[in-house]
Amino acid sequence: MEYLPNILFAIALLVGVGFFTHNVKKLSRNIKLGKDVDVSDNKPQRWKNMVQIALGQSKMVVRPVAGIMHIFVYVGFIIINIEVLEIILDGLLGTHRLFSSLGLVYNFLIGSFEILAFLVIVAVVVFWIRRNIIRLQRFIKPEMKGWPKKDGNLILYIEFVLMTLFLTMNAADFQLQQLGVGHYLEAGAFPISQYLVPLWSRLSESSLILVERTAWWLHILGILAFLNYLYFSKHLHILLAFPNTYYGKVKPKGQLNNLQSVTNEVKLMMDPNADPFAAPTTTDAAAVPEKFGASDVMDLNWVQLLNAYTCTECGRCTSECPANQTGKKLSPRKIMMDTRDRLEEVGKNMDANKGEFVPDGKQLLDDYISREELWACTTCNACVQACPVSIDPLSIIVEMRRYLVMEQSAAPMELNNMMSNIENNGAPWPYNQMDRLNWVNE
Amino acid sequence: MGDQLRVKTMQQFMAEGKQPEILFWVGSAGSYDDRAKKISRAFVKLLNKANVDFAVLGQEESSTGDVAKRAGNEFLFQMQAMMNIELLNGYEVKRIVTCDPHSFNTLKNEYPSLGGIYDVVHHTQYLKELLDQGRLTLQGETYKGKRVTFHDPCYLGRANAVYEAPREVLAKTNADLVEMKRHKTTALCCGAGGAQMFKEPEKGDMDINVLRTKDALETNPDIIATGCPYCNTMMTDGIKAHEKEDSVAVLDVAELLANSI
Repeated sequence: MEYLPNILFAIALLVGVGFFTHNVKKLSRNIKLGKDVDVSDNKPQRWKNMVQIALGQSKMVVRPVAGIMHIFVYVGFIIINIEVLEIILDGLLGTHRLFSSLGLVYNFLIGSFEILAFLVIVAVVVFWIRRNIIRLQRFIKPEMKGWPKKDGNLILYIEFVLMTLFLTMNAADFQLQQLGVGHYLEAGAFPISQYLVPLWSRLSESSLILVERTAWWLHILGILAFLNYLYFSKHLHILLAFPNTYYGKVKPKGQLNNLQSVTNEVKLMMDPNADPFAAPTTTDAAAVPEKFGASDVMDLNWVQLLNAYTCTECGRCTSECPANQTGKKLSPRKIMMDTRDRLEEVGKNMDANKGEFVPDGKQLLDDYISREELWACTTCNACVQACPVSIDPLSIIVEMRRYLVMEQSAAPMELNNMMSNIENNGAPWPYNQMDRLNWVNE
Repeated sequence: MGDQLRVKTMQQFMAEGKQPEILFWVGSAGSYDDRAKKISRAFVKLLNKANVDFAVLGQEESSTGDVAKRAGNEFLFQMQAMMNIELLNGYEVKRIVTCDPHSFNTLKNEYPSLGGIYDVVHHTQYLKELLDQGRLTLQGETYKGKRVTFHDPCYLGRANAVYEAPREVLAKTNADLVEMKRHKTTALCCGAGGAQMFKEPEKGDMDINVLRTKDALETNPDIIATGCPYCNTMMTDGIKAHEKEDSVAVLDVAELLANSI
């Protein structure tokens, strides 16, 4: 039975990582439901974006308070993972503080983990206050009611608990080291947890060991649980921010894509040699005519779907949106949340139907995103500019407008007037094209 | 009617067997909108002053299709784009300048993949070029000491990262440039983009242009400068909503310069 803890640990690790892998596969399948899009261009710029924006957090610090607090949590997350590696190896091998042979380096590492853990706790508390006491506008918008609000707070609680467990574990370990108990050799520096030691003054050796072991186990089990929570939460950004900033837009923000399917048709229409009555070639006849624009998630491209899973609902887009600031229904964050919710619904539908999507009479348009929201957009790119992880809500709005206009002829009446003016006289107003140069002599 | 402007069409250049230095893309607003026409005239006044050999398309010009594209009508956009490209390529146009950031954006970014590849500049960039080259000089008295705040048009600023040219040009008028709290990347939209210019806004508790004008008025300006005919309309309506039309003027960068020569 000597190896029981090792075996239990291995099983926990296997289950934790296995279940997560299972969900990642689902995630990847769902993202691939999107249309293909060529993102093979501009590789150097893409790497640069990933390094600056995701790794370097360059857009987070645009808002300094949230930005700096976020860097605490982010650096804490990355660095403390070195400690998690040690914990995993200890768990599997039955060792204790395997890396302690690194000596001074180890002391430095453990010391810095402790400081980071403390900073994470500070940041988490500040974040909680911003969400629940100060109630910053962007955290209490209508789309944040219910699960999104709970999700945001749960993440903060989990991070708080994990860091507390880490410090508790160290504090008990430190005391055991001082007492010279068993394998608790003196290793590490404990700039933060040393202040917790007085808590143990009345504890016996065995109780201390119990505290240390419990905190150790809960900490690593908590991490595995948190890993699996990601898929069900907005918190996936900690992983997806990296691919998302890589695949994010590298063209000028003002540039919308030109639909190739439309180009083909327009070229045919404008070609004086084209025979409008020509029978379609056999390959054309077999092909399903492409739908213009998007009414559901499958009509979007996979980068847009990746965007939706990456969104962590921070709401910077919405707080910069001119439509939202003036009380319109549009919220770019809601566009992303709706896209993800619908994609999840489609994914569950597929799971329940042996991997095939069975039409459920619902779609992204109307059932999730209303026309009122779509038509309120000024395409100003404030949301795109604001997003700290290169999400492009505007591209989804435009794609859905395309569906409304080209598949349903459902533009607002004034816009239909504007468009027929362009068709008739080459200007959005009903003026004669022959008068285009009148301004010179007025 | 002001001074006589010298404006030649591409057709006239063609007939003379010449190529202009640059094509001035006037745009639909600059051609038909009463307020924007004054901007076109001011810009041409500057081009004339600098002796720029420029052409316009005149009656051959047609909407870039930009607003149709933003409204979701990709068909209409590409029809317009391809017609315009055929015309522009026929005239072997190399360089285009426009006072409309929306035309600027679509000509520069969205025409190339349809076969229309040109060097496209916004008029504030072109004016900076003329000033830098010494082809245009300002007397710098008209606006000396006046407080001027520049509203970044979304399609010039965020969309294409042109923030400095309009400011550098404005600085040459010797006006006191004051920045709004939200400017450059964080500038608030005037409310006209994305085809909003041509429709009523959705239900809300304020109009976007009124909010943006509030930003501008907080700088206590004499003049709100813009570089877009649509922003101009929105800001002009905005100061009316704030009942400031008697004390604050809304002018295009080209107009400020045209009044400074």
